[in-house]
Amino acid sequence: MAKKEMEVQEKQALESAEERTESARFYRPYTDIHESENTIVVTMDVPGVDRKDVDIKLEKDVLTITGLVNLSGYDGLEPLYTEYNVGNYTRSFTISNEVDRDGIAAKIDNGVLTVTLPKSKEAAARRITVN
Amino acid sequence: MVLRMSDPFGALSALQRSLDASRRSDWFGATTSGYGAYPPVNVFQSGDDFILIAELPGVDKKDLDVRVKGGEVQLTGSKSIDRPEDASIHRRERISGEFNRTLTLRADIDSERVEAELKDGVLKVFLPRAERAKSRSVKIG
Repeated sequence: MAKKEMEVQEKQALESAEERTESARFYRPYTDIHESENTIVVTMDVPGVDRKDVDIKLEKDVLTITGLVNLSGYDGLEPLYTEYNVGNYTRSFTISNEVDRDGIAAKIDNGVLTVTLPKSKEAAARRITVN
Repeated sequence: MVLRMSDPFGALSALQRSLDASRRSDWFGATTSGYGAYPPVNVFQSGDDFILIAELPGVDKKDLDVRVKGGEVQLTGSKSIDRPEDASIHRRERISGEFNRTLTLRADIDSERVEAELKDGVLKVFLPRAERAKSRSVKIG
């Protein structure tokens, strides 16, 4: 495979649809979404977020994922030169398929959050044959 | 300004303002270092020493190499993305590939005492200033 050099992806600040009580900026995490026969998998880059600071909520058809960034490492430091900012992450998606809510699983590894949403039986089994 | 993260409410806003204020500052001066290469970095001072922080989500410890020589810091590595087989893509925004970035700091680093940690996809490199590069108070005789 040919070498692919990584390019800087500028972090995107969220233009909040709703007012937040805190004035701090939120960021929109870069996300991949894959669908296979039985699952929908949402993968997002959330560097600096600890496992315990992730909140995943599925309300009606809207999946909302929020990650709070850990600030403890910045105490006592003095910025000299900066290229990116830090902030909490949040993003919502409307999930079009019926999802088995009890089967939702999530893991976080090296700053990458993976949420697996199993499709409910009815939603998974519908395959249309073209005559 | 030294950051104080003790106030849980205003802490994040204060950090964001402070990071904005030093955005692409001229701290690198006439060195060859500049903005634009992956990964983006933030450089801090703590006492006499420097701390470099970079966000590297999805980069495994074994795929990352940090080298320090004189005042030069080199970050080399790669990020791979496991995509499920037989899956159809709804959205693809995350990037993968290789990177190799060199930064030249404005003081020599004691490479023997450099420490690096990778936690939750954030790399933090402690870069202690070399003894000879530290400032000293001089007694006037």
